[in-house]
Amino acid sequence: MTPTGVGAAVPSRVRVRRGLSRPRGGSRKYDAAPRPFGGAGWHPWLYLAPALVILGGLLLYPIYQLGLISVFRYTQAQVSGGEPTAFVGVDNYADVFGDEQFWSVLLATVLFAAACVVSTLAVGCALAVLLTRVRALPRLVLMLAALGAWATPAVTGSTVWLFLFDPDFGPVNRVLGLGDHSWTYGRYSAFLLVLLEVVWCSFPFVMVTVYAGIRAVPSEVLEAAALDGASPWRVWRSVLAPMLRPVLTVVTIQSVIWDFKVFTQIYVMTGGGGIAGQNLVLNVYAYQQAFASSQYGLGAAIGVVTLLVLLAVTLVYLRLLRRQGEEL
Amino acid sequence: MTVVNLVRGFVRRPGRTAAEAAALVIAVVVAFPLYWMVLGAFRPAGEIESGRPRPWTLAPSLDSFRRVFGQQEFGRYFVNSLVVAGSVVVVSGLVAFLAATAVTRFRFRFRTTLLIMFLVAQMVPVEALAIPLFFQLRNLGLLNTLGSLILPHIAFSLPFAIWMLRGFVKGVPEALEEAAYIDGASRVRFLWQILFPLVLPGLVATSVFSFISAWNDFLFAKSFIISDTSQSTLPMALLVFFKPDDPDWGGVMAASTVMTVPVLVFFVLVQRRLVSGLAGAVKE
Repeated sequence: MTPTGVGAAVPSRVRVRRGLSRPRGGSRKYDAAPRPFGGAGWHPWLYLAPALVILGGLLLYPIYQLGLISVFRYTQAQVSGGEPTAFVGVDNYADVFGDEQFWSVLLATVLFAAACVVSTLAVGCALAVLLTRVRALPRLVLMLAALGAWATPAVTGSTVWLFLFDPDFGPVNRVLGLGDHSWTYGRYSAFLLVLLEVVWCSFPFVMVTVYAGIRAVPSEVLEAAALDGASPWRVWRSVLAPMLRPVLTVVTIQSVIWDFKVFTQIYVMTGGGGIAGQNLVLNVYAYQQAFASSQYGLGAAIGVVTLLVLLAVTLVYLRLLRRQGEEL
Repeated sequence: MTVVNLVRGFVRRPGRTAAEAAALVIAVVVAFPLYWMVLGAFRPAGEIESGRPRPWTLAPSLDSFRRVFGQQEFGRYFVNSLVVAGSVVVVSGLVAFLAATAVTRFRFRFRTTLLIMFLVAQMVPVEALAIPLFFQLRNLGLLNTLGSLILPHIAFSLPFAIWMLRGFVKGVPEALEEAAYIDGASRVRFLWQILFPLVLPGLVATSVFSFISAWNDFLFAKSFIISDTSQSTLPMALLVFFKPDDPDWGGVMAASTVMTVPVLVFFVLVQRRLVSGLAGAVKE
């Protein structure tokens, strides 16, 4: 189909809708909003083509490849061409699920991500509310500080936090009088340290988004609540939180996704997964299996498991959006 | 609606001083790591190792920066990082603009399906895909080139960019489109001469995210630039100073500072649009 003019190949049904005397403000959900440029069938696909080609080639195809690699024996020998790749079916998965370490890593990943999400949301929401209660100058100062934390690259954030908590040269141990206590030695203190860094660099997103959401709440509502003598906590719980639910859903899910995928912080701060792998999370585990141990098949299988877990989260998210009657 | 009104309605005055004090204290705490980083970068040799970390330095020195820029080809890594991040921002920005226009200004079959796919695509763990991408890039002969960093990052930053740009494209009144049509402007002309300039501020805000993901990337640089270190990027250069047993903290902090400043500048410049952009992306 190669239309020569704008209207040449447009189906007649669409041509009818092209009339310029469209009632204003009457745009219903779909199709009810004919736009001068918005009718032709193949045009959106033309605009979408570059994005679809890139996503197909560099996202969809690799996902397919990931699944493929996960059912082959794929180690250094196969990579260098020394041995032919052998189809092993679900053997890699059996290996993964049969490995005790996998389950402990999975559990650690879920708990760590959950702790990060909860802390990030609590800090972000609390500070967003705080932002609405102060005048412009303190607000700007806090906003800039948060932007600074937000802008800090994960690698530099990780090294700086390590430096702050360094047993020999860091100020934190000095101030707390902890001597040369090593934060990265113990499993939980190492996770705690990474958690602090993750919260530090990810709460600003929550804060800024929720703050923007609060600003969109009509001031009359808040004034009414204040007149009725509601406490700040009550205002949050009974007025703001319900009105901000769509915003909170979005930031929660984004946080889950980001915190479930934490890689750089763990890798840098715990030196690739901690002593004897005590601080491994799924992502780092998959990476180590693949690139450090050259067990590409195993690594891919773990990758597929990670992908499926995140996919499940996404489906829950879409469910929630649907239930709220959100239009995409 | 003004914020002043909101504040007036939301709070009783006596609480405000306390709230403002808290805000300032928190700001100091949040900014402290960054301050400590810059301070560490400017400390003279020996002061860090003295074991008495004071929150100031009496004799700022550029030694650490000299060491960073002297050792290896740090300047080159900086340029490499800029090239990667710059290419990703420009390409993904343009592609996302077109795609966002398609999904907001047109109604067509599979539109909702596509939107959901863009959302799902954001969930894909980039790290897991490093394995297949490694082989894919090897087969394309792109390993050890900057292309091996640029291409995957374009793909991974696209879904979020499209998602966020939607709000901005939607914000352009339809009346403009009608007016352009009546005035006889072509579709292409409308797209690039009317819509694009109007969406540009939003595009800039969106590009922050693409910029950051490319600028910060550590995994791909580590996995795909394996033998040709001249193609390396900043995060890898930084980690040269960061030996787990005996890190050169001065060097690490100086390199970290050099790496953080461009992002910081970018962020502060687009700060305002970022806030409105997030509000727009979220309000849908």
